[in-house]
Amino acid sequence: MILEALVKIVLVLIVVLTAVSYLVLLERWISAWIQDRIGPNRVGPLGLLQPLADVLKLLLKEDIEPTQAQKWFHWVAPVISITVAFSVLAVIPFGNSITIGGREISLAIASNVDIGALYIIAMTSVGVYGITLAGWSSGSKYSLLGGLRSSAQMISYELTLGLGLLSVVILTGGLDMGEIIRSQASGTWNIIRAPLGFIIFLVSSFAETNRQPFDLPEAEPELVGGYHTEYSSMKFALFFLAEYANMITASAVMTVLFLGGWHVPFVADMGLSSVVLGIIGVAAFALKTLGFLFFFIWVRWTVPRFRYDQLMDLGWKVLLPLGILNIVLTALEKYFLIH
Amino acid sequence: MQHQTKYNNRSPNRKLTFWEKLYLPEIVRGLLTTFKHIFRPKFTRQYPEERWDAPDSFRGRPVLVLDDNNVERCVACGLCSRVCPPLAIEVQASETELLKERYPVRFEINMLRCIFCGFCEEVCPEEAIVMSKDYELVFRNPEDAMYSKDRLLTPKAELKGRLDFLKSMRN
Repeated sequence: MILEALVKIVLVLIVVLTAVSYLVLLERWISAWIQDRIGPNRVGPLGLLQPLADVLKLLLKEDIEPTQAQKWFHWVAPVISITVAFSVLAVIPFGNSITIGGREISLAIASNVDIGALYIIAMTSVGVYGITLAGWSSGSKYSLLGGLRSSAQMISYELTLGLGLLSVVILTGGLDMGEIIRSQASGTWNIIRAPLGFIIFLVSSFAETNRQPFDLPEAEPELVGGYHTEYSSMKFALFFLAEYANMITASAVMTVLFLGGWHVPFVADMGLSSVVLGIIGVAAFALKTLGFLFFFIWVRWTVPRFRYDQLMDLGWKVLLPLGILNIVLTALEKYFLIH
Repeated sequence: MQHQTKYNNRSPNRKLTFWEKLYLPEIVRGLLTTFKHIFRPKFTRQYPEERWDAPDSFRGRPVLVLDDNNVERCVACGLCSRVCPPLAIEVQASETELLKERYPVRFEINMLRCIFCGFCEEVCPEEAIVMSKDYELVFRNPEDAMYSKDRLLTPKAELKGRLDFLKSMRN
């Protein structure tokens, strides 16, 4: 059992770390295409080795620590960020369970965690610490402002994130991620059953991952670099990695909650073996996640950054009431239509 | 009429319509715009492989015109060196048996100083120094940036475009 879990952890980490570095390349490509440019195409064929060059460059940079910094917290902040970003992946089912040699293997690191959804919300809350600590411990006013903004923003949007998630929990009747997918596999996807909840969750995810249009913690024109102004070398790379890993986890979570995870309509009835079904499921899951990632990048190069008060207005005056309304609507839907 | 008000009345004080206040439809409109741009032809020039062909009006590295009889046009009057704002040109005159009587025995342009203003070309009475289309100026050390006669002299045929352009601008 432990060996199986370890193998899964290593596999997932390798895949996600590679995905993160290639996500950076994808972001640079898409941003270039949207701006009528070509994008990186020099390192390797089609520029596919660009991530390698980027990582090498970051590794060779000097690690600068400001004299005013709180050394221990300055060091631990990026570690918290990256740990939280990856730990959410533990409860996400990448595919249906497969049977090899009479042994059932579920395609999730920690399968059958009956509080999966709650765990995700809890871990993203811990993510605030990484950014806030980084801002505070750097001993720079720009970093501090970025850190403060992020704590205010992420705590505000966590509420609406939770409310969006709650509509899915009402529809499923449980917090188990696998159960959420199975309930969608037997019926329709949650994006159809709770469209308002999906929009609320999507917008909150943008705020939680600090992506445009809600990237106020690192708003370059105002805050130099925001919370990571004073970071360099691998510590900066960790923040960078965490941001993109957060994007991947957010996309994966949205895939599970609203797009039916690994579920592909009509495939289950075709009588394929469990391994083939598993592979199809994992591929479908990856494809759906990739779609969300593209959307994240696409929005970044379309919508300009919000002003700080507008961000708070949107969170507290619009999304929170909408989220509560959505809970009521979903409850009524569950009671009258599905139940 | 409605179409006109939709696009002309973009003042910041105007009342937003209900759909604009909802924000989401406008975001979708923006997303469609950016999505269309993904498939547009790209502006990027792949520089070392794909070079820029400068127009005749371009002011690149100043060069000396070598006439058809293989003699430079320059009569070493020194006006260019006199007019040069950053003092980049140095001319040393000498006598010759030819009809023009004077020629530059030494002519040097310091390309670290040159600001590509084109005053030398404008002031030259003989149309002997003109701006070429050469914009790729790379040096490994300051000595390389001193262009003397051997590198400045350019056959007239190569400068035809610029000479014709100057003629067309003259009157």
